[in-house]
Amino acid sequence: MNWLFRSLNSSIGKKVIMAITGISLILFLLVHLANNLTLFAGPSTFNTVVKSLDSIKPFIRVIEVILALIFIFHIFNGVRLWYENKIARPTPYAVNGSSKNSTLLSRTMIHTGSIIFIFLVIHLSTFWNAFNFSDLHRTHSYYEFTADMFSNVYYSIFYIIAMIILGFHLNHGFQSAFQTFGWNNNKYFPLVKALGFLYSVLMAVAFSSIPIYFLLIGGN
Amino acid sequence: MAEKKINLLVKVWRQPSTTSVGSFVDYKISVSPDSSFLEMLDEINNDLEKKNLEPIAFESDCREGICGTCGLVINGQPHGPIPKIATCQLHMRNFKDGDTVWVEPFRAKAFQVMKDLIVERSGLDKIIAAGGYISVNTGSIPDANAIPISKERSSIAMDAAACIGCGACVAACKNASAMLFVSAKVSQLALLPQGQPERTRRVQNMVKVMDELGFGSCSNTYACEAECPKGISVKNIARLNREFILANVKSDNIEA
Amino acid sequence: MAKLDPKIPAGPLQEKWVNHKFNMKLVNPANKRKYDIIIVGSGLAGASAAASLGELGYKVKVFTYNDSPRRAHSISAQGGINAAKNYQNDGDSIYRLFYDTIKGGDFRAREANVYRLAEVSNSIIDQCVAQGVPFAREYGGMLDNRSFGGAQVSRTFYARGQTGQQLLLGAYSSLMRQVHLGNVELFTRREMIDLVTIDGQAKGIVVRNMVDGAIEKYSAHAVVLATGGYANVFFLSTNAMNCNTTAIWRAHKKGAFFANPCFTQIHPTCLPIHGEGQSKLTLMSESLRNDGRIWVSKLKKDMREPNDIPEEERDYYLERKYPSFGNLSPRDISSRSAKEVVDEGRGAKGGDAVYLDFKDAINRLGKHVIEERYGNLFEIYETITGENPYNVPMKIYPAPHYTMGGLWVDYNLMSTIPGLFVLGEANFSDHGANRLGASALMQGLADGYFVAPYTIGDYLASAKPKKESLDHPAFDTVKKENEELIGKLLSIKGKQTVDDIHKKLGRIMWNKVGMGRNEKGLKEAIKEIADLRVEFWKDVNVVGTDKDINQCLERAGRLIDYLELGELMARDALERNESCGGHFREEYQTPEGEALRNDEEYAFVSAWEYKNLGSWELNKEPLIYENVQLATRSYK
Repeated sequence: MNWLFRSLNSSIGKKVIMAITGISLILFLLVHLANNLTLFAGPSTFNTVVKSLDSIKPFIRVIEVILALIFIFHIFNGVRLWYENKIARPTPYAVNGSSKNSTLLSRTMIHTGSIIFIFLVIHLSTFWNAFNFSDLHRTHSYYEFTADMFSNVYYSIFYIIAMIILGFHLNHGFQSAFQTFGWNNNKYFPLVKALGFLYSVLMAVAFSSIPIYFLLIGGN
Repeated sequence: MAEKKINLLVKVWRQPSTTSVGSFVDYKISVSPDSSFLEMLDEINNDLEKKNLEPIAFESDCREGICGTCGLVINGQPHGPIPKIATCQLHMRNFKDGDTVWVEPFRAKAFQVMKDLIVERSGLDKIIAAGGYISVNTGSIPDANAIPISKERSSIAMDAAACIGCGACVAACKNASAMLFVSAKVSQLALLPQGQPERTRRVQNMVKVMDELGFGSCSNTYACEAECPKGISVKNIARLNREFILANVKSDNIEA
Repeated sequence: MAKLDPKIPAGPLQEKWVNHKFNMKLVNPANKRKYDIIIVGSGLAGASAAASLGELGYKVKVFTYNDSPRRAHSISAQGGINAAKNYQNDGDSIYRLFYDTIKGGDFRAREANVYRLAEVSNSIIDQCVAQGVPFAREYGGMLDNRSFGGAQVSRTFYARGQTGQQLLLGAYSSLMRQVHLGNVELFTRREMIDLVTIDGQAKGIVVRNMVDGAIEKYSAHAVVLATGGYANVFFLSTNAMNCNTTAIWRAHKKGAFFANPCFTQIHPTCLPIHGEGQSKLTLMSESLRNDGRIWVSKLKKDMREPNDIPEEERDYYLERKYPSFGNLSPRDISSRSAKEVVDEGRGAKGGDAVYLDFKDAINRLGKHVIEERYGNLFEIYETITGENPYNVPMKIYPAPHYTMGGLWVDYNLMSTIPGLFVLGEANFSDHGANRLGASALMQGLADGYFVAPYTIGDYLASAKPKKESLDHPAFDTVKKENEELIGKLLSIKGKQTVDDIHKKLGRIMWNKVGMGRNEKGLKEAIKEIADLRVEFWKDVNVVGTDKDINQCLERAGRLIDYLELGELMARDALERNESCGGHFREEYQTPEGEALRNDEEYAFVSAWEYKNLGSWELNKEPLIYENVQLATRSYK
């Protein structure tokens, strides 16, 4: 399996890892979003959905482990690429002209990614932790917990900002993954870019709509 | 023929040798807007020589934008502010009287500064030596028209082959990646029927050497395409990725 | 003239090369790796020879002053490469290509060499296509051809306006393959500064390492110079900044004869000089003359904007003087006519330029057609001049472009020094007194791919030269001489910069050894150049040290040789009392002002033997035409 290790360890291989894990996470976000949107259907629906997921716990755990691995690969590999790429230019330019030749979003994946990572840690330690290891497990009042969390203005604002940044990250990441796989041609690539833009806006707006909703209705 | 001259403050990176510490030195110059950027530097140098001071070391050769020898980072942009030209094709009418102009060498771990604005780019030759060719000996050749190649395909190959090997893509990339350079050669040869027999090993070997030389990896910012004096498209990088992935998946060679 | 044996094989023209190849001695494959060959220059000729010799198994060392072999000036050639493929079924043949080249050269080239050039031209195209050179193609997938000056058939293969680049990159890729395989060793940033001869044979070279200043010695069984032309003697030319004559000039001073130094091609369509700071001249493709009309004002010192000059006050001088060829007259004629009108004070806004106007073509064909044909060139023009040629006529002026002269070589491309081979523009062999468009690329690659690999092998197998040790005193003597020369340059500490003096030389050359030459001017030039040489050695200031990158020192070293070569060019022009091709002596012209050749007295190659500074002996190689009849070129 040396050849596989070597292939994945090459500069292009590392990019392929980013792309595969990135696309996987993009798909995961769709599922996650679908789940979250059931909040709009009211407490009973949402609680039932979460409860039903709870009933297939072993399966969910396996999925979670796979998801965790994907996240770890994506993050570890991203940080490694960032570090190696930094070494490739030891002396920076005195005048940085990058704003004239590339977009800010494409250059700041490590920064948007880092913020998303911080969000992820907080998100896991609050929602995921509570849904899995707290009293909620018994009361199944997931909806109420969520409403309570988002009634905190500061938490909601943090959440919304994180989602906007996620949108930024996705906007570049989506089309970038296609480029890395080599799917860039005159006919379809504009479509890929447009789709990526729509997808990233959708994610940012749809995820943000939940805290906004709870802020507006005040948790009731 | 325009007599009106423009006055500039030019800040030039001076570094006596690879190992010494460099810094910016200020030069004031009054120059004709019809002069090229390199002719402006020639004038500064002529003045320096008259004062018995060492002229600014910078490289140039054809001064027509095709040899790829020249390459300066001007106000943060490789080959300066005008798209699709090399440094030697940049003219002073693109600057305004009173402007400050920063001139730096291409910067990358793989491009060491040798003196002032001269960098060592032999890494690009090493990548070509690793496989950027079709292995055909002189004379062992069929008639030129024996293999028809569609006009479209030939034209895309030519788009890629137009690369002048200046290294501006490396200089522009925030990761100092040479992917655009490598992809141009891989694309040209992968598109042509003559390039098929070595298609797999070529891409594997060239990418291997590219990685060994300390170039960064591509993060798809496309700065390379924006700064390329020949407008080489990042579609070539996509093709390189495709070629590399397929080569690694399909080839039965576990050593590569 | 026993000194000059061109070694032309006997037999009919068509069989000379074939028979010669058969009669050559071969080196056993196992023995090839025991031979070392030095190649200086990595352009079309150098790179193709190095790759081919490496493939055969010789141990090759390639030297270039650039950071990469891919930078050589062959890369700048735009138009195309000729070959007698007759793919267009328009009557082309090897013989026709041979004849056109001989005629284009105004009957001052060697028949046998030119025929061989035409003969191998087809293989060049095959070779380049096999290497992946993306030549232009037709929809059916076959190669496309265009027509070029001096020919009535379409035989020019091209890759957009970058043919030289693509051919060079093809040769370069083959070269790099041999580097990878270990057959060729690459020495970049090395400038050859002298040839080492032992017992009259070429045994090695001395180079300056341009990074650390070290003078390095290299020994080999044979030395190949493929170092290009010397048009930079004019300071301003279309040549690249670093093109220089040092390698061939120093070999000349070691005994290699210099042939036809005065044969210089001045290209008619270049961008004019913008001012004193001008560093080089840019060529605009000759194809522009297909649709552009060339004119100047009928008035002297007419300072009006070109669009303000009414039609009746314009002089379309080429159309007036050469009604049948008009704006498409050959390079030398167009260049000379432009100089004439400028000398009369009728240049664009009183300056050194003439107008190339597309107004009529745009009116007749529409802007989109012109854009399709020349859009790329118009863009280049606008980038450089800031003027839009769709609205304002282009300004053009002739500029030194190519040098037909070079080191004298025999049929085997060997100079008068045994073991020293000279290829490409550096030799004199194939273009006579004028080179046709798209023939330079052909010659460089013919020499490198298909001639030198045979003839060098023959030399090694039959002369059995010995490789000398680097400890041989001859190497150290040459090394020491050059170290002293560099020391001397650095110690002068005068008041003028290298470029100041080079510009002075350029002015002398342009005014007196340029497009129109006469006895008085040439005599003055000889004296002025000799004086300038003295001035140089007294008053030049070479800044810096010899221990690191010192571009000032590089330029000064090259200028030493230009200051000597310039004189020889003037002497050769003075000696040749006729007008032919690029050499126009004002005393020798027809009543209509056309070049007047003198075949009775001057059908020979002038091969100059260096005696000492400012002194040469002329040797003549008679040109014998067994197959073509000498005729006067007429473009009326």
